[in-house]
Amino acid sequence: MNLLKSSQAGTLESSDIMILIEPVEENSGRKIEVSSSVMLHYGDNIKQLINKVLDSFDIKDIHLIANDKGALEPTILARCETAILRALNQQKGTLL
Amino acid sequence: MKKKRRTMLYIPGNNPAMLQQGAVYGADSILLDLEDAVALNQKDAARILVKNMLKYIKFCDAEVCVRVNHTDTPFGKEDLEVIVPLQPDAIRFPKTETVEELDKLLKTIAEIEKKHGITNSKMTIHAMIETALGVQNVFDIAKYSKRVDAITIGGQDLTADMNISNSKDGSGIDLARKMIVMAAKANSIDAIDTVFVDVNDEEGLRKETEYARKIGFAGKAVINPRQIDIIHEVFTPTENEIRKAYKIVKEAKKKKEEGIGVFAIDGKMVDAPVIARAQHILNLADIEI
Repeated sequence: MNLLKSSQAGTLESSDIMILIEPVEENSGRKIEVSSSVMLHYGDNIKQLINKVLDSFDIKDIHLIANDKGALEPTILARCETAILRALNQQKGTLL
Repeated sequence: MKKKRRTMLYIPGNNPAMLQQGAVYGADSILLDLEDAVALNQKDAARILVKNMLKYIKFCDAEVCVRVNHTDTPFGKEDLEVIVPLQPDAIRFPKTETVEELDKLLKTIAEIEKKHGITNSKMTIHAMIETALGVQNVFDIAKYSKRVDAITIGGQDLTADMNISNSKDGSGIDLARKMIVMAAKANSIDAIDTVFVDVNDEEGLRKETEYARKIGFAGKAVINPRQIDIIHEVFTPTENEIRKAYKIVKEAKKKKEEGIGVFAIDGKMVDAPVIARAQHILNLADIEI
């Protein structure tokens, strides 16, 4: 699935994660940059969760920046899903 | 034994830290809020976050309730589409004014449950009364469906709707409080009091909670975990009350076996209403005889 625009979800508050997304050219692959206060222990896990959400939307090409402030799994999954839906212009039931 | 609803802690639906910690403060119920606590351009984010929290987080023994947006807003229908399949203990419906809109809500929920193959749902509805029209219709609202198992009063919106100031003595909404309690009692469901907004005024909170208990509320909404202990204290019977109630219920059971319905303890008549009140006190104290 192709992203239509740049988007953002989440905050930089404790226990949250901010996800920034921008579309990239087709076939350029996934570029995922993660910074986290718990990078050493959970960096790989965070990337894994992000990839899981991207897989579920069948997104192959993307530039995604994640700034994690100690978010738990449900928050990471939620913020990724929100950012992707916004980038796809598929967000529902909200003001823009 | 009926689950207690002494405290219902509001948790903003777009705040991960508060959502994940929501159950640790010991409130009887937690309210994951998609309505007033969420900015209009973050409704999607909050809805998706609450959906994931419901899937992943265990909220201990607390009753889990989600306050959705009203179905007349651009957000309410989508809230229901996402939250109903997860079957929290309850959906809190804000600004309930008429049985027609309650009926519309119930039908929407039933359609979503059918679509997801959910049968015998135990999810209940808390109808929130926040306008003068809602107060006027509260008796009809309370009896409209067995799914409605609590009526709550939203003092902030109600005073705004009535165009009066929200005074600490609560005089402006006193009639509404009492009508809501009566409507709930007439249908054997719970009435839950509004929030006390000044989190630094502990004495004021205690006083208002004592009044709420006195007129028949089962509990009170909470906006800060610091308020929980005070409200629980007020809604927990004193040792003296428990001792008296224990004596009455124990004696009543014995007399019942003997075929006696009315008797005296310490020179005071004990009949069915006195026994019912004593039983209620034991329930609040988690004592079974």
